[in-house]
Amino acid sequence: MSDIAIKIENLKKEYRLGTIGGRTLNAELQSWWARKRGKEDPNLKLGEDYGNYGESFLALKGIDLEVKKGEALGIIGPNGAGKSTLLKILSRVTAPTEGDIWINGRIASMLEVGTGFHGELTGRENIYMNGAILGMTKKEVDSKIESIIDFSECRQFIDTPVKRYSSGMYVKLAFAVASHLDAEIMVMDEVLAVGDAMFQKKCLGKMGDEAAGGKTVLYVSHNMATIRKLCTRCIVLQKGQIVFDGDVEKAIDVYMENATGDLLTHYCFDGQRRSVPERGRELYLHSFDFLGKKIAKFSSLEKMRYGFNVEGFEDIDNVRVRLEIRTVEGTNVGMSESSDSFCIKKGERNDYELEYDISNLAEGSYTLRLTLFELNDMGIHKGFDESTETIYFEIVEDESNRTNWFPQYWGRVKLPASTIVACKRG
Amino acid sequence: MDFTTHIKAKNGWFDINLKELFQYRDLIILFVKRTYTTMYKQTILGPLWLILNPLITVSLYALVFGTVARLSTDGAPQFAFYLCSNAIWSFFAVCITETSTTFTANAAIMGKVYFPRLVMPISSVITAMLNMLIQLGILIIVMIGYVMSGIRFNITWTIMLVPVLIIQTGLLGLGCGIIVAALTTKYRDLVILVSFGVQLWMYASPVVYTFSQIPPKFIRFYLLNPMAPIITMWRNAILGTEGISGIYWGISWGITVAVLFIGIVLFSRIERTFMDTV
Repeated sequence: MSDIAIKIENLKKEYRLGTIGGRTLNAELQSWWARKRGKEDPNLKLGEDYGNYGESFLALKGIDLEVKKGEALGIIGPNGAGKSTLLKILSRVTAPTEGDIWINGRIASMLEVGTGFHGELTGRENIYMNGAILGMTKKEVDSKIESIIDFSECRQFIDTPVKRYSSGMYVKLAFAVASHLDAEIMVMDEVLAVGDAMFQKKCLGKMGDEAAGGKTVLYVSHNMATIRKLCTRCIVLQKGQIVFDGDVEKAIDVYMENATGDLLTHYCFDGQRRSVPERGRELYLHSFDFLGKKIAKFSSLEKMRYGFNVEGFEDIDNVRVRLEIRTVEGTNVGMSESSDSFCIKKGERNDYELEYDISNLAEGSYTLRLTLFELNDMGIHKGFDESTETIYFEIVEDESNRTNWFPQYWGRVKLPASTIVACKRG
Repeated sequence: MDFTTHIKAKNGWFDINLKELFQYRDLIILFVKRTYTTMYKQTILGPLWLILNPLITVSLYALVFGTVARLSTDGAPQFAFYLCSNAIWSFFAVCITETSTTFTANAAIMGKVYFPRLVMPISSVITAMLNMLIQLGILIIVMIGYVMSGIRFNITWTIMLVPVLIIQTGLLGLGCGIIVAALTTKYRDLVILVSFGVQLWMYASPVVYTFSQIPPKFIRFYLLNPMAPIITMWRNAILGTEGISGIYWGISWGITVAVLFIGIVLFSRIERTFMDTV
């Protein structure tokens, strides 16, 4: 039994819907008096009714989990799945509504770096402050301070108030303190998305060492690359429940399948908010379709055919199409601009059909963003309108063309092949 | 099983882990230090304000209540009298106002990391106590000045009670403060009420006047105010002015303990879930 670090049984967390807190005593009394007399609550927002107020929402619906010592457990899932709630309960920021957690060993939670940093204090003072908040005694910090300062790469500025630090330095210092905690269990919430690339690598290395050195790590992230690198086991949370528990690659697959949804072929952007208000004024993108498909799943050998419906509010001559392609995890893959352009007259509403070569995209799930733009004589791009929803599509390797592609090493783009142009025999 | 921590949905109604609180003593000290090092950054006079602040307040009291209103100071020199009263009262008042914002002012830290929440109010009380000791130092210097100019203070064995009175005031302030803190997580009105309440409370306590000026028929109600015996005994101990019956002090202690107890119960109930409501 003693090799278990964390044991969670039937963990539930309930939140009340509607406004809680922030209401003044007076408002509370008013509402209570109105309800008592059967009148309408003067403090409810329009459209809200009594049914909604005070109704509850289960953020976690009974989680059972056992984490062994030395395990690096990744927690993934879409937004609102309950990942952060789980971490908050584990780090005792808030209490569960039901259920039990047993923890063996000291737990260090890094839900945020630099908690308790005060701008007026120097770097050194903040190391002590932050260390104490994270549960270190002064003695412990004393013995580690040199190593912390070295790790933070801020030795030169260590006696300067941190309000003069660049944001990068600030975060480096904060992470340095947190990573020197002597806790047996580390709970982390995407704190790695900080600092420059070199520092990120260093942090990952440090965390990897710790996991290898027998520490238990719980790590929440949307970045599948770091989950792959760091974790030995992974759970997928969805709507407050664990839907998968086990192998990291499989977990990522499960998450991706859920994330891409049904791979729709039709998207409608009518009436949706644009990223900037100017978009959609001269030209309006009504809808987007993948053509000739029931679901947006393509073989790498076929061409992707897509179409969109667009309405002109002015005469525009030179409209081009830009596609931005990303992986579902959010990594940028590339951008493509159409070689042709079209013109549209005021009052017209046309359907366009296009074809796109996807043979150099590796197998996997992608997202697409479409922008209609104009490249004027001065070489300046002017965007007219864009897809407001994320468009998902998936590429599967054709049976006849199966090369084992390892996206974790090779990325997502199949670059052009090299050719041998000369050979000098020796 | 040998698990070190057990997180459960509901705790007992009096669930304060004193051992854990003790383990975090370094954090308490650091919070106190932080308050001092950051308080007067980028001010010209800096820590001098710690001395100027009470001196200005006390001069105003002496002007308004002593010279204009001519309230009795029971034979003590006016300046020493008000300095003495203000030291203990401002300690108490700061305890309440500072601890009452524990949850709301520190939501950012508390929402991200766990430490015993009582660390915050306790460090506020300790900070206030240090400020009070500075005022006490000023008072001693002023009193030495008076003695050298020939004024006698009738100091007796009651001077030994000074530390006890300081501790009692701290506990009472902490108790009141954390009751308000627990309630402000839901009702922000109390934050505004606190500053009014503390001012009212000051006039209901013998800070600028003496206990003997209370009409006898009000004494019974007046004793519901636990600060009244404390302030009177405090002045008696330091300046040698009139004292008060030990029974009154006993009642005051009873109320102090009750308030602190209710405070801790409320606080330990709220601290577990306040992040969801604050």
